Amino acid sequence: MNRETLLEARNIAKHFGGVRALHAVSLFILRGEIYGLIGPNGAGKTTFFNVLTGLYTADGGSFLLDGAPMKISAPHEVAAQGIARTFQNIRLFANMTALENVMVGRHLRTGAGVIGAVLRDRATRDEESAIAQRAHELLHYVGIHRHSNVLARNLSYGDQRRLEIARALATEPKLLALDEPAAGMNATETAELRKLIETLRSDGVTILLIEHDVKLVMGLCDRVAVLDYGEKIAEGAPAEVRRDAKVVEAYLGGAIA
Amino acid sequence: MRHKQSAWLATALIGIALAVLPFVVGLGIGNAWVRVLDFALLYVMLALGLNIVVGMAGLLDLGYIAFYAVGAYLYALLSSPQFGLHWPVWAVLPLGALVAGLFGAVLGAPTLRLRGDYLAIVTLGFGEIVRIFLNNLNSPINITNGPQGISQIDPVRIAGVPLSRPLEVFGHTLPAVYLYYYLFVLLALLIVFITVRLEDSRIGRAWVAIREDEIAAKACGINTRNIKLLAFAMGASFGGVAGGLFAGFQEFVSPESFSLMESIMVLCMVVLGGMGHIPGVILGALLLAVLPEALRYGAVPIQQALFGRVLLDPESLRMLLFGVALIAVMLYRPAGLWPEARRKREFLGARTK
Repeated sequence: MNRETLLEARNIAKHFGGVRALHAVSLFILRGEIYGLIGPNGAGKTTFFNVLTGLYTADGGSFLLDGAPMKISAPHEVAAQGIARTFQNIRLFANMTALENVMVGRHLRTGAGVIGAVLRDRATRDEESAIAQRAHELLHYVGIHRHSNVLARNLSYGDQRRLEIARALATEPKLLALDEPAAGMNATETAELRKLIETLRSDGVTILLIEHDVKLVMGLCDRVAVLDYGEKIAEGAPAEVRRDAKVVEAYLGGAIA
Repeated sequence: MRHKQSAWLATALIGIALAVLPFVVGLGIGNAWVRVLDFALLYVMLALGLNIVVGMAGLLDLGYIAFYAVGAYLYALLSSPQFGLHWPVWAVLPLGALVAGLFGAVLGAPTLRLRGDYLAIVTLGFGEIVRIFLNNLNSPINITNGPQGISQIDPVRIAGVPLSRPLEVFGHTLPAVYLYYYLFVLLALLIVFITVRLEDSRIGRAWVAIREDEIAAKACGINTRNIKLLAFAMGASFGGVAGGLFAGFQEFVSPESFSLMESIMVLCMVVLGGMGHIPGVILGALLLAVLPEALRYGAVPIQQALFGRVLLDPESLRMLLFGVALIAVMLYRPAGLWPEARRKREFLGARTK
């Protein structure tokens, strides 16, 4: 396969006081693949995510996006460079409608300022209707268009996840980072989510997936990395990783005799 | 099409109502009440400004009156005998908006990382700092005339006509309070227009997004620093305009008009009316500006009629009732008197039809 690298992480390190949350983690994500990041609780998955998306500052290492070093100083700049994320504990704008949530996602790729907003000139009106149009399309895409005008907090759990994904897609990301999207979902919802992620892949979206649901990860991901105590202990196709002795040990707490 | 027609009809009716209101009030209960109305309109402007910061962006600001003070003192310094300057109002008011907006951004900058209680305390401090500066900038160089304040401020002049003197129109004499009323109504409507437009825009959505979840807003690519500063600056600029009008209307300013109590008053207008909901905020401002005055006029005669003597002086009764009203609203209508309805807007639907 001659796929190019989209994101490369080099020796990412992060510690909180004496706790080494991440220790020299290096990995690369190919364009168009679904890359899974798994590991037991506290392995450093979410820390890696937060470093990548600018919520934490790394204590070492660097990221390259499309071969160019990323400037990670603030979350909004990371989003501008093309990485969008969702949160493990869903973070929506609860008192805005589903449509408005996605419209906020377009903020980054639009430019109307105060004067445009007040005068509502031609350019601003066109931009506004383009924002609304795109938001409607994305709601269709993730399958919750019938709830466009429902406040985000009144959506069902599964629909909130979808809305968060639609909002992330609205920023036109090169890489979509999903932090435990199946957490708290029942089997039906997980199956539907899986379908959505597969659709995303077939439409060429590159995805970084953190997940606890091993079945989901193994079924979806092209490649998987396993973190344990802040270190990458294995990487490769799901089937290989699954047989890796270190991985079994990390998950089951010791080799099986 | 029909929707558009009824919108025009409503606009026309509101316009006529606003135009005849001072006559109804003035002829009905006296011109002193038109003056109350004038102040109420200033409070509407202030409340709408604070609504951007507190209601939309969710940043609790307890020092908002500082920007009112900045606008008022700027007007006072630039058109009064204090420095012998007599700048025209069309130059001073926009400058007041600009300078107050700048103050808003400058005072907002150090608070960007703060939220909730901490933000409230710091902004409270800033509000007091501005007032104390105004109180003490009379030495070594006398700028603000200290606690004595600045008097003999030029009245607002429009096309050379001072609004402080009665004006003869078609054989009918319009008192000064009427003239100021019309000016204030026009500017208040302008501010309503600006806030309504901002609310339904990319900027307004970003403000609300920050209020709802700041981390998610950042992850969506919103530069929360700039957008918050913009909220502070926009809110402050409305305060600056209202302050300038206040100075021209009163022809006198002194630091005691800009106490913490005033900041809290404006905040109460926003909260009681319905945070983030423009009609609610306007209602809150009107109620809280007019009712205390009604009490001031009504408290003594009513008590005398009921008890034969005055048990509570109007001022303490005012605070008492104000406290009771506040508690009642918080208990029974915690979202405000006229909160934002569940918005069911069909963005595309409304626009493509």
